[in-house]
Amino acid sequence: MRFIPCAAVLTAALLAGCAKNDPPASASAEAKPRTPPKTYSRDPFPSTYRRYPGPVTAVVGATVFDGEGGRIENGTVVLADGVVQAVGGPGTAIPADAIRIDGRGKWVTPGIIDVHSHLGDYPSPSVEAHQDGNEVTGAVRPEVWAEHSVWPQDPGFSRALANGGVTAMQILPGSANLFGGRSVTVKNVPARTMQQMKFPGAPYGLKMACGENPKRVYGGRNQMPGSRMANVALMRQTWARAQEYRRKWDKYERDGGEMPTRDLAMDTLRGVLAGEILVHNHCYRADEMAVIMDMAKEFGYRVSTFHHAVESYKIADLLKANNVCSAMWADWWGFKMEAYDGIQENVPLVHNAGACAIVHSDDPNGIQRLNQEAAKALAHGRRMGIQVADEVAWSWLSFNPAKALGIADKTGSLKSGKMADVVLWNGHPFSVYSRPERVWVDGALLYDANDPKRRPVSDFELGQPGEGDVK
Amino acid sequence: MRRAITLSLLAAALSSAAPALAQTVAITGGTVALGDGSEPIEGGTVVVRGGRIVAAGRDVAVPAGAQRVDATGKWVTPGIIAGFSRIGLIEVDAVNATNDVSAANSPFSAAIDVAPAINPRAAAIQVNRAGGVTRAIVAPGTAKSIFAGQGAVIDLGHDMEAVTRARAFQFVELGETGADDAGGSRAAAHVLFRNALREARDLGRFATPIAGGGAEREPRASDQRDFPLEEVPDNRLISAGATRPEDVLLTRFDAAALVPVLQGRQLLLVHVERASDILQVLALTKEFPRLRLVLVGATEGWTVADRIAAAGVPVIANALNDLPSTFEQLAATQSNVARLRAAGVEVALGMINDDEARQVRLARQQAGNLVAIGRLPGASGLSWGEALATITSAPAEAVGLGGEIGSLRPGRRADIVIWSGDPLENASAAEVVLIDGVQQPLDNHQTKLRDRYRTPTEGDLPKAYER
Repeated sequence: MRFIPCAAVLTAALLAGCAKNDPPASASAEAKPRTPPKTYSRDPFPSTYRRYPGPVTAVVGATVFDGEGGRIENGTVVLADGVVQAVGGPGTAIPADAIRIDGRGKWVTPGIIDVHSHLGDYPSPSVEAHQDGNEVTGAVRPEVWAEHSVWPQDPGFSRALANGGVTAMQILPGSANLFGGRSVTVKNVPARTMQQMKFPGAPYGLKMACGENPKRVYGGRNQMPGSRMANVALMRQTWARAQEYRRKWDKYERDGGEMPTRDLAMDTLRGVLAGEILVHNHCYRADEMAVIMDMAKEFGYRVSTFHHAVESYKIADLLKANNVCSAMWADWWGFKMEAYDGIQENVPLVHNAGACAIVHSDDPNGIQRLNQEAAKALAHGRRMGIQVADEVAWSWLSFNPAKALGIADKTGSLKSGKMADVVLWNGHPFSVYSRPERVWVDGALLYDANDPKRRPVSDFELGQPGEGDVK
Repeated sequence: MRRAITLSLLAAALSSAAPALAQTVAITGGTVALGDGSEPIEGGTVVVRGGRIVAAGRDVAVPAGAQRVDATGKWVTPGIIAGFSRIGLIEVDAVNATNDVSAANSPFSAAIDVAPAINPRAAAIQVNRAGGVTRAIVAPGTAKSIFAGQGAVIDLGHDMEAVTRARAFQFVELGETGADDAGGSRAAAHVLFRNALREARDLGRFATPIAGGGAEREPRASDQRDFPLEEVPDNRLISAGATRPEDVLLTRFDAAALVPVLQGRQLLLVHVERASDILQVLALTKEFPRLRLVLVGATEGWTVADRIAAAGVPVIANALNDLPSTFEQLAATQSNVARLRAAGVEVALGMINDDEARQVRLARQQAGNLVAIGRLPGASGLSWGEALATITSAPAEAVGLGGEIGSLRPGRRADIVIWSGDPLENASAAEVVLIDGVQQPLDNHQTKLRDRYRTPTEGDLPKAYER
């Protein structure tokens, strides 16, 4: 029952579980009208995701990283009814009907969550007709939603699953715009429709961008923004409008009266100001991130995560104080001016300062090797004296991205009752020589290296050379 | 016997000073991989003298009087060679003034020679040297013609003499990019190619050598394949008296630059990905029998591997392409390299349009992944030694420099890296890098930023005073 989407719920008794579809509750009870004013849906494209069936499964004898820093040698992980039923040592009880998998010499981790992907909105093949991630007709486009560009047949999803052990990801609009639009968080499950992938209960994100990209795209057309100062001016002007919009709609939803004019762009920003939508801000330079954090305070919202964040190491203390995550590459640098100061120790330096560190991909190839990217960052940190245990570093790949996406109560670590999004690796997952052997999403076995039938092949690849090949 | 010196003291033994170069140095105790495809040797020894490898392997005697370097617990390999790159041509990709890869507004194409554009002080050269990369094959990029121009082989040393071999090859696009460069179709690209070689033939026929580097002699037929590739003189200086027919498309410089390609004295690196394009390129040797081809890319190569092998054409491939990112790469799989190898094709790794200006240090991670997939049912992987060869001896062989660089076999240049561990592993790092026997500095822009921001907060003075 847990994944039945709210739009399908007909009985009033279950409506309590669908708060996200309701107008925000009013703070003062006496101001509440008898019948709430008619308002807009917060969830017009609801998730229709259903978990696939999976037998009760016990992986026995593996080294377990639980995703929150815990490590169990000779561990047992029991998956049942789509959730993690038990995680423990060799004495853990195994249900009699469980399929037992010998995990000796292997590793079990939570599935990797990529907080920054463009699979589906910049799919393969990367032809002009598939360039659906940037709405480059205006720098302020919070009204567009990445989910409306997502092509579920992108062959990249299967590579991320089979080679990368990625079980969930956030698909973002690109960074051409200051306000790029809404993101969508999906389960990495092959599907006919985007809604069938949509992570149930995950909040929306808003993609924002500072720095070179918006000013280059629009400045090149003699439009605003043509400079970093115009980036900030236009963002602030937009937030000021959003505050006004929010006041009108809050009043209407509280007191009734004439329904204010609807503005899809402002709906998204109102959602941010109400804390329902999380801000994911593309930003490279330390000084710009500091400005963005002040701007967020000015308008009363919080930045969940800075993406790319190649200079986070310069302000790791500020990021900690502001409780903002950094989603980073292990070693990308230099492709543009604002990436010139990228260093290989960025991730461990951020972690070491007590701030939230995430390893992200932003790339259909990188998403296949996020475990290796974390491994490189970890090793560079150790060489400069930052000692982080392997099992702690795994938080960069699953628990921290889950926190950044607002889904850490559901997935991102192997805790009893959480979604059974799990990878069995054929060796230490930080070794270049290791690959996923099995990947489960909600307890369903969706990839098995030993079974060619458990290897997804997208519609696009049928009948093409290499169909169903190992990739 | 002298006491073995520690790695930190290696500088004393292997300094850039000329007298030290003459010194014999023996690196002992490490796990030694020769780079020639053989598997690593525990407790191996590498002997260096005069900037060259004297001997390497098991049971190698340490010459009397040699400086010993103890590499116990370390791995010793030839330096990594970037098999296809644009390193040294770019400081910041998106800053046009620092990007010398292609020239959309130049009147020239095949005549372009990257050598004068190489900047030995580029940050990317420093950073990748610190990552254990010692040499690179550097190609220009196309803009308005299918011919990009002439690439070079360089070293990543801390000096101003970067070019190992100028004009080592001509680079041409004959797939999707070539079709676009040629005006819109593959067919147009092939006509352009044939016309260009016709103009080169006409020019070569009438050319007379001039002092200071003009047209070279025609090689004899018996020279084919055995004719050693040498540094090609600057053929743009071909005799001005050479007459040309009137129906020419190429500038004189461009036509002259293709004369050594036509004669088989300069390699022709051809970028194609699709199986049918690969076969069309192999067929060019029917019309132009002296062409010495190297395929670049060849993502679908595994589907025609036997025919590439039969043609004896080496391949420089992207290691891990597994997405149908274009319609010419529909059959992409990470098993491509190993399947080509299994068919008998010589394969080196390159970074084709994939961070090739700054991230060639990732070659060893890519090679490691080719070992990893060998453990997956249905996939084809490489042995460890073969994987290392794809980033050391194979790229050297592909550009005709296998006798000079790319392995620890006797007589090769002493480009050596001492690693903290298995160099194909994510956790390993280059600890000592030698190029031509000279120990290289490994600090750079990035290491200095790291050290400055070890703690992010200021002390008694702003960060600008910390260095």
